[in-house]
Amino acid sequence: MTLTIKEIEDIALLARIKLQEDEKDKFAQQLNIVREFTNRIKELDTEGVEPLTHVLPTYNVFRDDNVCPSSPREEMLSNGPLVEDGQYKVPKIM
Amino acid sequence: MELHELGLYELQSKLNQGEVSPQEIINAIFKRIHEVDDKVKAFLTLDEENAIKKAAALCKGENRTGLMAGMPFALKDLICTRGLRTTCASRMLENFIPTYDATVASRLNNAQGILIGKLNMDEFAMGCSNELSAFFPTHNPWDLNRVPGGSSGGAAAAVAAREVPVALGSDTAGSIRQPAAYCGVVGFKPSYGRVSRWGVAAYASSMDQVGVIARNVEDCALVLNTIAGKDPLDGTSADIEVPDYTSYLIPDIKGLRLGYPREFFAQPALDPGIKDLVEEALRKYEDMGAIVEEISLPYSEYALPVYYIIGPAEASANMACYDGVRFGLRDLEADNVLDMYCNSRANGFGDEVKRRVMWGTYVLSSGQYEAYYLKAMKVRRLIKNDFDNVFAHIDLIITPTTPTTAFKLGEKNNDFLTSCKNEVFTVSANLAGLPAISIPCGFSDGLPVGMQIIGSAFNEGKVLQAAYAFQQNTPYHQYKLQIGGEQK
Repeated sequence: MTLTIKEIEDIALLARIKLQEDEKDKFAQQLNIVREFTNRIKELDTEGVEPLTHVLPTYNVFRDDNVCPSSPREEMLSNGPLVEDGQYKVPKIM
Repeated sequence: MELHELGLYELQSKLNQGEVSPQEIINAIFKRIHEVDDKVKAFLTLDEENAIKKAAALCKGENRTGLMAGMPFALKDLICTRGLRTTCASRMLENFIPTYDATVASRLNNAQGILIGKLNMDEFAMGCSNELSAFFPTHNPWDLNRVPGGSSGGAAAAVAAREVPVALGSDTAGSIRQPAAYCGVVGFKPSYGRVSRWGVAAYASSMDQVGVIARNVEDCALVLNTIAGKDPLDGTSADIEVPDYTSYLIPDIKGLRLGYPREFFAQPALDPGIKDLVEEALRKYEDMGAIVEEISLPYSEYALPVYYIIGPAEASANMACYDGVRFGLRDLEADNVLDMYCNSRANGFGDEVKRRVMWGTYVLSSGQYEAYYLKAMKVRRLIKNDFDNVFAHIDLIITPTTPTTAFKLGEKNNDFLTSCKNEVFTVSANLAGLPAISIPCGFSDGLPVGMQIIGSAFNEGKVLQAAYAFQQNTPYHQYKLQIGGEQK
Protein backbone atom coordinates (compact mmCIF):
# COMPACT_ATOMS: atom_id res chain seq x y z
CA MET A 1 0.00 0.00 0.00
CA THR A 2 1.37 3.41 -0.91
CA LEU A 3 0.30 6.96 -0.25
CA THR A 4 -1.97 8.33 -2.96
CA ILE A 5 -2.13 11.85 -4.37
CA LYS A 6 -5.45 12.26 -2.56
CA GLU A 7 -3.80 11.33 0.75
CA ILE A 8 -0.95 13.77 0.07
CA GLU A 9 -3.51 16.52 -0.55
CA ASP A 10 -5.25 15.71 2.72
CA ILE A 11 -1.98 15.67 4.68
CA ALA A 12 -0.82 18.94 3.11
CA LEU A 13 -4.08 20.62 4.06
CA LEU A 14 -3.83 19.32 7.64
CA ALA A 15 -0.22 20.55 7.74
CA ARG A 16 -1.29 23.90 6.23
CA ILE A 17 1.19 23.71 3.36
CA LYS A 18 0.05 24.60 -0.15
CA LEU A 19 1.45 22.23 -2.77
CA GLN A 20 1.79 22.84 -6.50
CA GLU A 21 0.51 20.06 -8.76
CA ASP A 22 4.00 18.77 -9.62
CA GLU A 23 4.99 18.78 -5.96
CA LYS A 24 2.18 16.40 -5.04
CA ASP A 25 3.71 13.66 -7.13
CA LYS A 26 7.22 14.34 -5.86
CA PHE A 27 6.22 14.35 -2.18
CA ALA A 28 4.04 11.26 -2.64
CA GLN A 29 7.05 9.36 -3.95
CA GLN A 30 9.38 10.67 -1.25
CA LEU A 31 6.99 10.04 1.64
CA ASN A 32 6.47 6.53 0.32
CA ILE A 33 10.21 5.98 0.65
CA VAL A 34 10.09 7.21 4.27
CA ARG A 35 7.06 5.02 4.87
CA GLU A 36 8.84 1.99 3.49
CA PHE A 37 11.86 2.76 5.69
CA THR A 38 9.83 3.19 8.87
CA ASN A 39 7.56 0.19 8.24
CA ARG A 40 10.42 -1.97 9.52
CA ILE A 41 9.38 -1.38 13.11
CA LYS A 42 6.09 -3.19 12.45
CA GLU A 43 7.94 -6.52 12.43
CA LEU A 44 8.71 -6.15 16.15
CA ASP A 45 6.50 -7.67 18.81
CA THR A 46 5.74 -4.87 21.25
CA GLU A 47 2.93 -6.60 23.09
CA GLY A 48 2.86 -5.28 26.66
CA VAL A 49 5.59 -2.69 26.12
CA GLU A 50 4.83 0.63 27.77
CA PRO A 51 5.29 3.50 25.26
CA LEU A 52 8.19 5.82 26.15
CA THR A 53 6.86 9.36 25.94
CA HIS A 54 9.69 11.03 27.77
CA VAL A 55 13.14 9.90 28.93
CA LEU A 56 12.99 11.81 32.22
CA PRO A 57 10.43 11.28 34.93
CA THR A 58 7.71 13.78 34.10
CA TYR A 59 5.72 15.76 36.59
CA ASN A 60 3.77 18.96 36.58
CA VAL A 61 5.83 22.07 37.20
CA PHE A 62 4.05 24.61 39.36
CA ARG A 63 5.04 28.15 40.23
CA ASP A 64 3.45 30.95 42.20
CA ASP A 65 1.18 33.17 40.15
CA ASN A 66 3.23 36.33 40.49
CA VAL A 67 3.33 39.24 38.09
CA CYS A 68 6.79 39.54 36.59
CA PRO A 69 8.32 41.50 33.69
CA SER A 70 7.58 40.32 30.16
CA SER A 71 8.69 41.49 26.74
CA PRO A 72 7.40 44.97 25.88
CA ARG A 73 4.35 44.93 23.61
CA GLU A 74 5.87 47.18 20.94
CA GLU A 75 8.97 45.00 20.72
CA MET A 76 6.92 41.83 20.37
CA LEU A 77 4.76 43.42 17.68
CA SER A 78 7.81 44.60 15.76
CA ASN A 79 8.23 41.09 14.27
CA GLY A 80 4.61 40.97 13.11
CA PRO A 81 4.29 40.90 9.33
CA LEU A 82 1.12 43.01 9.53
CA VAL A 83 0.31 45.11 12.59
CA GLU A 84 -2.36 47.76 13.16
CA ASP A 85 -3.34 49.70 16.28
CA GLY A 86 -1.07 47.62 18.49
CA GLN A 87 -2.50 44.32 17.25
CA TYR A 88 -1.68 41.63 14.72
CA LYS A 89 -3.82 41.91 11.62
CA VAL A 90 -5.08 38.86 9.71
CA PRO A 91 -7.61 38.39 6.89
CA LYS A 92 -11.27 38.27 7.89
CA ILE A 93 -12.13 34.98 9.60
CA MET A 94 -15.92 35.19 9.62
CA MET B 1 50.65 30.21 17.74
CA GLU B 2 48.37 33.00 16.71
CA LEU B 3 45.55 34.09 18.98
CA HIS B 4 42.78 32.67 16.79
CA GLU B 5 44.34 29.22 17.07
CA LEU B 6 44.18 29.07 20.85
CA GLY B 7 41.58 27.34 22.99
CA LEU B 8 39.78 28.92 25.93
CA TYR B 9 42.27 27.78 28.56
CA GLU B 10 45.24 29.23 26.70
CA LEU B 11 43.39 32.47 25.96
CA GLN B 12 42.37 32.85 29.60
CA SER B 13 45.89 32.26 30.79
CA LYS B 14 47.25 34.90 28.39
CA LEU B 15 44.54 37.31 29.52
CA ASN B 16 45.24 36.71 33.19
CA GLN B 17 48.95 37.20 32.73
CA GLY B 18 48.34 40.48 30.94
CA GLU B 19 49.94 39.23 27.72
CA VAL B 20 46.91 40.12 25.65
CA SER B 21 43.82 42.28 26.01
CA PRO B 22 40.24 41.20 25.30
CA GLN B 23 40.24 43.61 22.33
CA GLU B 24 43.28 41.91 20.83
CA ILE B 25 41.56 38.54 21.10
CA ILE B 26 38.34 39.78 19.48
CA ASN B 27 40.26 41.59 16.75
CA ALA B 28 42.24 38.44 15.98
CA ILE B 29 39.02 36.41 15.77
CA PHE B 30 37.34 38.81 13.34
CA LYS B 31 40.53 39.11 11.28
CA ARG B 32 40.52 35.33 10.91
CA ILE B 33 36.82 35.26 10.03
CA HIS B 34 37.28 37.93 7.36
CA GLU B 35 40.20 35.95 5.96
CA VAL B 36 38.61 32.52 5.66
CA ASP B 37 34.84 32.69 5.94
CA ASP B 38 34.26 33.54 2.30
CA LYS B 39 35.57 30.03 1.66
CA VAL B 40 34.07 28.19 4.64
CA LYS B 41 30.79 30.13 4.84
CA ALA B 42 30.11 29.14 8.43
CA PHE B 43 28.52 32.40 9.59
CA LEU B 44 25.12 33.79 8.69
CA THR B 45 25.39 36.94 10.83
CA LEU B 46 28.32 38.62 12.56
CA ASP B 47 27.97 40.79 15.66
CA GLU B 48 31.26 42.61 15.26
CA GLU B 49 30.38 46.04 16.58
CA ASN B 50 28.84 44.72 19.80
CA ALA B 51 31.66 42.23 20.30
CA ILE B 52 34.25 44.99 20.11
CA LYS B 53 32.28 47.07 22.60
CA LYS B 54 31.99 44.15 25.03
CA ALA B 55 35.72 43.47 24.75
CA ALA B 56 36.51 47.12 25.49
CA ALA B 57 34.36 46.98 28.62
CA LEU B 58 36.51 44.08 29.86
CA CYS B 59 39.86 45.80 29.34
CA LYS B 60 40.40 46.19 33.10
CA GLY B 61 41.35 42.90 34.73
CA GLU B 62 39.23 43.53 37.84
CA ASN B 63 36.10 43.63 35.64
CA ARG B 64 36.75 40.12 34.45
CA THR B 65 35.01 37.97 37.04
CA GLY B 66 32.94 35.67 34.79
CA LEU B 67 33.75 32.07 33.93
CA MET B 68 33.98 33.00 30.24
CA ALA B 69 35.38 36.52 30.65
CA GLY B 70 36.54 37.86 27.31
CA MET B 71 36.13 34.48 25.61
CA PRO B 72 34.72 34.52 22.07
CA PHE B 73 31.84 32.17 21.27
CA ALA B 74 29.36 31.69 18.44
CA LEU B 75 25.86 30.23 18.34
CA LYS B 76 23.99 28.04 15.89
CA ASP B 77 21.36 30.27 14.34
CA LEU B 78 18.42 28.60 16.06
CA ILE B 79 19.46 29.99 19.44
CA CYS B 80 17.62 33.26 20.01
CA THR B 81 19.72 36.38 20.57
CA ARG B 82 18.02 39.57 21.62
CA GLY B 83 18.24 42.21 18.92
CA LEU B 84 20.32 39.98 16.64
CA ARG B 85 18.72 38.28 13.64
CA THR B 86 17.97 34.59 14.28
CA THR B 87 16.97 32.80 11.09
CA CYS B 88 17.13 29.01 11.69
CA ALA B 89 18.64 29.21 8.16
CA SER B 90 15.09 29.50 6.84
CA ARG B 91 13.37 32.00 4.55
CA MET B 92 10.56 31.81 7.08
CA LEU B 93 12.66 33.67 9.68
CA GLU B 94 14.96 35.61 7.37
CA ASN B 95 14.10 38.89 9.12
CA PHE B 96 13.26 37.63 12.61
CA ILE B 97 14.80 39.69 15.43
CA PRO B 98 14.22 37.98 18.79
CA THR B 99 13.09 40.14 21.69
CA TYR B 100 14.88 37.93 24.21
CA ASP B 101 18.01 35.82 24.66
CA ALA B 102 17.81 32.04 24.91
CA THR B 103 18.83 30.90 28.40
CA VAL B 104 22.10 29.42 27.07
CA ALA B 105 22.92 32.73 25.36
CA SER B 106 22.23 34.76 28.49
CA ARG B 107 24.26 32.34 30.63
CA LEU B 108 27.26 32.78 28.32
CA ASN B 109 26.70 36.56 28.27
CA ASN B 110 26.40 36.68 32.06
CA ALA B 111 29.66 34.75 32.30
CA GLN B 112 31.16 37.61 30.22
CA GLY B 113 31.65 35.55 27.08
CA ILE B 114 31.62 37.58 23.86
CA LEU B 115 29.19 36.59 21.11
CA ILE B 116 30.87 36.70 17.72
CA GLY B 117 27.99 35.74 15.47
CA LYS B 118 25.38 33.24 14.35
CA LEU B 119 26.19 30.06 12.51
CA ASN B 120 24.79 28.38 9.44
CA MET B 121 22.82 25.13 9.73
CA ASP B 122 20.36 22.93 7.90
CA GLU B 123 16.99 24.69 7.87
CA PHE B 124 15.34 24.32 11.30
CA ALA B 125 18.01 21.69 12.14
CA MET B 126 16.47 19.22 9.69
CA GLY B 127 19.35 17.79 7.71
CA CYS B 128 22.80 16.29 7.95
CA SER B 129 24.99 18.24 5.55
CA ASN B 130 24.27 21.99 5.88
CA GLU B 131 23.26 21.88 2.22
CA LEU B 132 19.68 22.45 3.37
CA SER B 133 20.37 25.97 4.63
CA ALA B 134 17.99 28.25 2.73
CA PHE B 135 20.86 30.71 2.22
CA PHE B 136 24.05 28.85 1.21
CA PRO B 137 25.88 25.66 2.10
CA THR B 138 28.82 25.66 4.52
CA HIS B 139 32.03 24.00 3.32
CA ASN B 140 34.18 21.52 5.22
CA PRO B 141 37.45 23.32 6.08
CA TRP B 142 39.45 20.09 5.56
CA ASP B 143 38.22 19.85 1.98
CA LEU B 144 36.11 22.69 0.66
CA ASN B 145 34.39 20.37 -1.83
CA ARG B 146 32.91 18.37 1.02
CA VAL B 147 30.05 19.00 3.44
CA PRO B 148 30.78 19.88 7.07
CA GLY B 149 27.93 17.62 8.21
CA GLY B 150 24.87 18.92 9.98
CA SER B 151 22.72 20.20 11.16
CA SER B 152 25.25 22.14 13.32
CA GLY B 153 27.61 22.23 10.32
CA GLY B 154 28.36 25.94 10.58
CA ALA B 155 29.36 25.48 14.22
CA ALA B 156 31.70 22.56 13.51
CA ALA B 157 33.21 24.24 10.45
CA ALA B 158 33.81 27.56 12.24
CA VAL B 159 35.54 25.83 15.17
CA ALA B 160 37.61 23.61 12.86
CA ALA B 161 38.63 26.59 10.70
CA ARG B 162 39.77 28.42 13.84
CA GLU B 163 37.26 31.19 13.30
CA VAL B 164 36.04 30.81 16.88
CA PRO B 165 37.28 28.56 19.73
CA VAL B 166 33.85 27.31 20.84
CA ALA B 167 30.28 27.27 19.58
CA LEU B 168 26.93 25.99 20.74
CA GLY B 169 24.94 23.69 18.52
CA SER B 170 21.90 21.49 18.98
CA ASP B 171 21.60 17.73 18.54
CA THR B 172 18.40 15.79 17.88
CA ALA B 173 19.84 12.69 16.20
CA GLY B 174 23.54 13.52 15.90
CA SER B 175 23.52 17.14 14.75
CA ILE B 176 26.45 18.10 17.00
CA ARG B 177 28.45 14.87 16.94
CA GLN B 178 28.22 14.06 13.22
CA PRO B 179 29.51 17.48 12.02
CA ALA B 180 32.15 17.44 14.78
CA ALA B 181 33.36 14.08 13.41
CA TYR B 182 33.34 15.34 9.81
CA CYS B 183 35.29 18.46 10.77
CA GLY B 184 37.79 16.85 13.18
CA VAL B 185 36.65 18.67 16.31
CA VAL B 186 35.03 17.75 19.63
CA GLY B 187 31.22 17.78 19.82
CA PHE B 188 29.35 17.09 23.04
CA LYS B 189 25.65 16.45 23.41
CA PRO B 190 24.80 16.37 27.12
CA SER B 191 21.98 14.29 28.66
CA TYR B 192 18.46 15.30 27.76
CA GLY B 193 17.47 17.96 30.30
CA ARG B 194 21.03 18.89 31.32
CA VAL B 195 20.92 22.17 29.38
CA SER B 196 17.96 24.51 28.99
CA ARG B 197 16.22 24.61 25.61
CA TRP B 198 14.36 27.83 26.34
CA GLY B 199 14.72 30.24 23.43
CA VAL B 200 16.07 27.53 21.16
CA ALA B 201 13.84 26.86 18.14
CA ALA B 202 12.36 23.40 18.68
CA TYR B 203 12.58 20.56 16.19
CA ALA B 204 11.79 17.35 18.11
CA SER B 205 11.30 18.39 21.71
CA SER B 206 11.74 14.98 23.35
CA MET B 207 15.18 14.59 21.74
CA ASP B 208 16.58 18.11 21.16
CA GLN B 209 19.53 19.04 23.32
CA VAL B 210 21.91 22.00 23.23
CA GLY B 211 25.60 21.16 23.39
CA VAL B 212 29.13 22.33 22.74
CA ILE B 213 31.55 22.16 19.82
CA ALA B 214 35.20 22.92 20.63
CA ARG B 215 38.71 21.96 19.58
CA ASN B 216 39.50 20.16 22.81
CA VAL B 217 37.72 18.39 25.64
CA GLU B 218 38.65 20.89 28.36
CA ASP B 219 36.96 23.75 26.49
CA CYS B 220 33.82 21.60 26.26
CA ALA B 221 33.90 21.11 30.03
CA LEU B 222 34.31 24.82 30.69
CA VAL B 223 31.40 25.81 28.45
CA LEU B 224 29.23 23.05 29.89
CA ASN B 225 29.94 24.44 33.37
CA THR B 226 28.54 27.74 32.12
CA ILE B 227 25.37 26.52 30.42
CA ALA B 228 24.26 23.42 32.38
CA GLY B 229 21.60 23.34 35.06
CA LYS B 230 17.96 23.80 35.87
CA ASP B 231 16.17 26.67 34.16
CA PRO B 232 12.78 27.74 35.52
CA LEU B 233 11.83 28.73 31.96
CA ASP B 234 12.30 25.17 30.65
CA GLY B 235 10.06 22.70 32.47
CA THR B 236 12.00 19.78 30.99
CA SER B 237 15.39 20.97 32.25
CA ALA B 238 16.53 18.62 34.99
CA ASP B 239 16.76 19.68 38.60
CA ILE B 240 19.90 17.64 39.17
CA GLU B 241 23.06 19.07 40.68
CA VAL B 242 25.68 20.22 38.18
CA PRO B 243 29.19 19.09 39.14
CA ASP B 244 32.30 21.02 38.16
CA TYR B 245 32.97 19.29 34.85
CA THR B 246 36.56 20.49 34.74
CA SER B 247 37.23 18.30 37.80
CA TYR B 248 36.87 15.28 35.50
CA LEU B 249 39.78 16.38 33.32
CA ILE B 250 42.17 13.74 34.61
CA PRO B 251 44.06 11.56 32.16
CA ASP B 252 43.41 8.40 34.15
CA ILE B 253 40.84 5.78 33.27
CA LYS B 254 42.26 2.74 35.04
CA GLY B 255 39.55 0.19 35.73
CA LEU B 256 36.89 2.00 33.68
CA ARG B 257 34.67 -0.51 31.87
CA LEU B 258 34.16 0.29 28.21
CA GLY B 259 31.74 -1.60 25.98
CA TYR B 260 31.70 -1.70 22.18
CA PRO B 261 28.36 -2.70 20.65
CA ARG B 262 28.80 -5.57 18.20
CA GLU B 263 25.85 -4.39 16.10
CA PHE B 264 27.55 -1.07 15.37
CA PHE B 265 30.86 -2.60 14.34
CA ALA B 266 29.06 -5.10 12.09
CA GLN B 267 27.18 -2.35 10.22
CA PRO B 268 27.65 -3.00 6.49
CA ALA B 269 27.77 0.76 5.82
CA LEU B 270 30.75 1.19 8.18
CA ASP B 271 33.87 2.32 6.29
CA PRO B 272 36.72 -0.17 7.04
CA GLY B 273 39.13 2.73 7.61
CA ILE B 274 36.90 4.11 10.35
CA LYS B 275 36.38 0.69 11.89
CA ASP B 276 40.16 0.16 12.09
CA LEU B 277 40.71 3.52 13.78
CA VAL B 278 38.06 2.95 16.45
CA GLU B 279 39.36 -0.56 17.10
CA GLU B 280 42.83 0.91 17.45
CA ALA B 281 41.37 3.45 19.91
CA LEU B 282 39.90 0.58 21.94
CA ARG B 283 43.35 -1.04 22.14
CA LYS B 284 44.76 2.33 23.22
CA TYR B 285 42.18 2.45 26.02
CA GLU B 286 43.18 -1.05 27.06
CA ASP B 287 46.81 0.03 27.18
CA MET B 288 45.72 2.90 29.39
CA GLY B 289 44.17 0.47 31.86
CA ALA B 290 40.51 0.37 30.83
CA ILE B 291 38.58 -2.88 30.65
CA VAL B 292 37.18 -3.28 27.14
CA GLU B 293 34.42 -5.73 26.34
CA GLU B 294 31.92 -6.49 23.61
CA ILE B 295 28.31 -5.59 24.36
CA SER B 296 25.01 -5.89 22.52
CA LEU B 297 22.34 -3.28 21.78
CA PRO B 298 19.95 -5.55 19.88
CA TYR B 299 17.25 -2.96 19.17
CA SER B 300 19.66 -0.30 17.92
CA GLU B 301 18.96 -1.24 14.30
CA TYR B 302 15.46 0.16 14.77
CA ALA B 303 16.66 3.51 16.11
CA LEU B 304 16.66 5.36 12.77
CA PRO B 305 13.18 4.22 11.71
CA VAL B 306 11.87 5.15 15.19
CA TYR B 307 13.52 8.55 14.91
CA TYR B 308 11.96 9.03 11.47
CA ILE B 309 8.55 8.70 13.08
CA ILE B 310 8.92 10.47 16.43
CA GLY B 311 11.14 13.29 15.09
CA PRO B 312 8.76 14.38 12.31
CA ALA B 313 5.71 13.85 14.55
CA GLU B 314 7.07 16.28 17.12
CA ALA B 315 8.31 18.59 14.36
CA SER B 316 4.85 18.77 12.81
CA ALA B 317 3.52 20.13 16.10
CA ASN B 318 6.48 22.44 16.78
CA MET B 319 6.41 23.96 13.29
CA ALA B 320 2.76 24.94 13.67
CA CYS B 321 3.89 28.20 15.29
CA TYR B 322 5.17 29.44 11.93
CA ASP B 323 1.82 30.66 10.71
CA GLY B 324 2.70 34.11 9.40
CA VAL B 325 0.75 35.91 12.13
CA ARG B 326 3.14 36.98 14.90
CA PHE B 327 6.50 36.68 13.17
CA GLY B 328 8.09 35.23 10.07
CA LEU B 329 7.17 35.20 6.43
CA ARG B 330 3.56 35.97 5.50
CA ASP B 331 1.71 35.84 2.21
CA LEU B 332 0.27 39.34 2.35
CA GLU B 333 -1.90 38.79 -0.74
CA ALA B 334 -4.05 35.99 0.72
CA ASP B 335 -7.64 37.12 1.31
CA ASN B 336 -8.58 34.37 3.76
CA VAL B 337 -6.83 32.87 6.76
CA LEU B 338 -6.49 29.35 5.38
CA ASP B 339 -4.71 30.57 2.25
CA MET B 340 -2.56 32.86 4.38
CA TYR B 341 -1.37 29.88 6.47
CA CYS B 342 -0.90 27.51 3.54
CA ASN B 343 0.84 30.00 1.25
CA SER B 344 3.06 31.49 3.95
CA ARG B 345 4.29 28.04 4.91
CA ALA B 346 4.69 26.93 1.30
CA ASN B 347 6.83 30.00 0.60
CA GLY B 348 8.76 29.97 3.89
CA PHE B 349 9.75 26.30 4.26
CA GLY B 350 12.21 24.30 2.19
CA ASP B 351 11.40 20.81 0.89
CA GLU B 352 12.95 18.88 3.78
CA VAL B 353 10.94 20.84 6.33
CA LYS B 354 7.77 20.28 4.28
CA ARG B 355 8.51 16.56 4.03
CA ARG B 356 9.03 16.15 7.76
CA VAL B 357 6.02 18.26 8.71
CA MET B 358 3.77 16.33 6.30
CA TRP B 359 5.14 12.94 7.30
CA GLY B 360 4.75 13.89 10.97
CA THR B 361 1.19 14.99 10.31
CA TYR B 362 0.50 11.64 8.66
CA VAL B 363 1.92 9.45 11.46
CA LEU B 364 -0.17 11.35 14.00
CA SER B 365 -3.37 11.24 11.96
CA SER B 366 -6.24 9.04 13.05
CA GLY B 367 -5.85 5.63 11.50
CA GLN B 368 -2.04 5.88 11.44
CA TYR B 369 -1.30 6.92 15.02
CA GLU B 370 -1.24 3.39 16.48
CA ALA B 371 0.65 1.85 13.58
CA TYR B 372 3.39 4.47 13.52
CA TYR B 373 3.62 6.93 16.40
CA LEU B 374 2.47 4.70 19.24
CA LYS B 375 4.44 1.74 17.89
CA ALA B 376 7.56 3.92 17.60
CA MET B 377 7.23 5.03 21.22
CA LYS B 378 7.10 1.39 22.29
CA VAL B 379 10.19 0.54 20.30
CA ARG B 380 11.84 3.62 21.80
CA ARG B 381 11.27 1.99 25.20
CA LEU B 382 13.01 -1.19 23.99
CA ILE B 383 15.96 0.87 22.72
CA LYS B 384 16.28 2.64 26.07
CA ASN B 385 16.01 -0.71 27.90
CA ASP B 386 19.00 -1.95 25.88
CA PHE B 387 21.08 0.90 27.29
CA ASP B 388 19.78 0.40 30.85
CA ASN B 389 20.83 -3.26 30.67
CA VAL B 390 24.30 -2.41 29.37
CA PHE B 391 24.93 0.39 31.86
CA ALA B 392 24.18 -2.02 34.71
CA HIS B 393 27.64 -3.48 34.22
CA ILE B 394 29.70 -1.08 32.10
CA ASP B 395 30.62 2.61 32.44
CA LEU B 396 30.78 3.89 28.87
CA ILE B 397 30.00 2.78 25.32
CA ILE B 398 32.51 3.36 22.51
CA THR B 399 31.39 3.49 18.87
CA PRO B 400 32.35 5.17 15.63
CA THR B 401 30.49 8.51 15.39
CA THR B 402 29.60 8.05 11.73
CA PRO B 403 29.87 5.16 9.26
CA THR B 404 31.69 7.32 6.67
CA THR B 405 33.77 10.48 6.54
CA ALA B 406 32.43 13.75 5.07
CA PHE B 407 30.78 13.27 1.68
CA LYS B 408 31.03 15.63 -1.27
CA LEU B 409 28.74 18.63 -1.66
CA GLY B 410 25.88 17.69 -3.96
CA GLU B 411 26.70 13.98 -3.76
CA LYS B 412 23.47 13.05 -1.99
CA ASN B 413 21.18 15.73 -3.37
CA ASN B 414 18.86 13.23 -4.97
CA ASP B 415 18.70 10.93 -2.01
CA PHE B 416 17.30 12.78 0.96
CA LEU B 417 17.10 9.69 3.16
CA THR B 418 20.62 8.32 2.62
CA SER B 419 22.45 11.38 3.89
CA CYS B 420 20.73 11.04 7.24
CA LYS B 421 21.59 7.37 7.52
CA ASN B 422 24.94 8.76 8.62
CA GLU B 423 23.22 9.33 11.95
CA VAL B 424 22.81 5.59 12.46
CA PHE B 425 25.32 5.49 15.36
CA THR B 426 24.36 8.77 17.00
CA VAL B 427 20.54 8.71 17.06
CA SER B 428 20.15 6.10 19.83
CA ALA B 429 21.66 8.43 22.43
CA ASN B 430 18.94 10.98 21.66
CA LEU B 431 16.16 8.42 21.86
CA ALA B 432 17.47 7.32 25.26
CA GLY B 433 18.43 10.84 26.45
CA LEU B 434 22.08 9.96 27.07
CA PRO B 435 25.21 12.15 27.07
CA ALA B 436 27.52 11.46 24.11
CA ILE B 437 30.66 13.05 22.75
CA SER B 438 32.50 12.77 19.46
CA ILE B 439 36.27 13.23 19.57
CA PRO B 440 38.89 13.03 16.81
CA CYS B 441 40.48 9.55 16.54
CA GLY B 442 42.47 9.77 13.31
CA PHE B 443 42.11 10.21 9.57
CA SER B 444 40.77 7.99 6.83
CA ASP B 445 41.86 8.98 3.30
CA GLY B 446 42.94 12.36 4.66
CA LEU B 447 39.59 13.16 6.25
CA PRO B 448 38.95 13.34 10.00
CA VAL B 449 37.24 10.47 11.80
CA GLY B 450 35.25 10.75 15.02
CA MET B 451 34.87 8.30 17.87
CA GLN B 452 31.73 8.44 19.99
CA ILE B 453 31.65 7.90 23.76
CA ILE B 454 28.18 7.43 25.25
CA GLY B 455 27.55 7.62 29.01
CA SER B 456 24.61 6.83 31.25
CA ALA B 457 22.18 9.67 31.94
CA PHE B 458 23.74 12.65 33.76
CA ASN B 459 27.18 11.05 33.80
CA GLU B 460 28.68 13.76 31.60
CA GLY B 461 31.74 13.82 33.86
CA LYS B 462 32.75 10.25 33.09
CA VAL B 463 32.28 10.84 29.35
CA LEU B 464 34.55 13.89 29.55
CA GLN B 465 37.10 11.95 31.58
CA ALA B 466 37.42 9.17 29.00
CA ALA B 467 37.49 11.71 26.16
CA TYR B 468 40.16 13.76 27.89
CA ALA B 469 42.31 10.72 28.66
CA PHE B 470 42.21 9.69 25.00
CA GLN B 471 42.98 13.21 23.83
CA GLN B 472 45.98 13.49 26.16
CA ASN B 473 47.39 10.20 24.87
CA THR B 474 46.88 10.81 21.14
CA PRO B 475 47.89 13.56 18.70
CA TYR B 476 44.70 13.74 16.62
CA HIS B 477 43.17 16.94 17.98
CA GLN B 478 46.40 18.82 17.31
CA TYR B 479 46.56 18.32 13.55
CA LYS B 480 46.21 21.62 11.79
CA LEU B 481 44.23 21.92 8.64
CA GLN B 482 44.94 24.27 5.76
CA ILE B 483 41.96 25.90 4.17
CA GLY B 484 41.92 26.01 0.38
CA GLY B 485 45.66 26.32 -0.16
CA GLU B 486 46.29 28.38 2.98
CA GLN B 487 49.94 28.54 4.06
CA LYS B 488 50.93 26.86 7.30
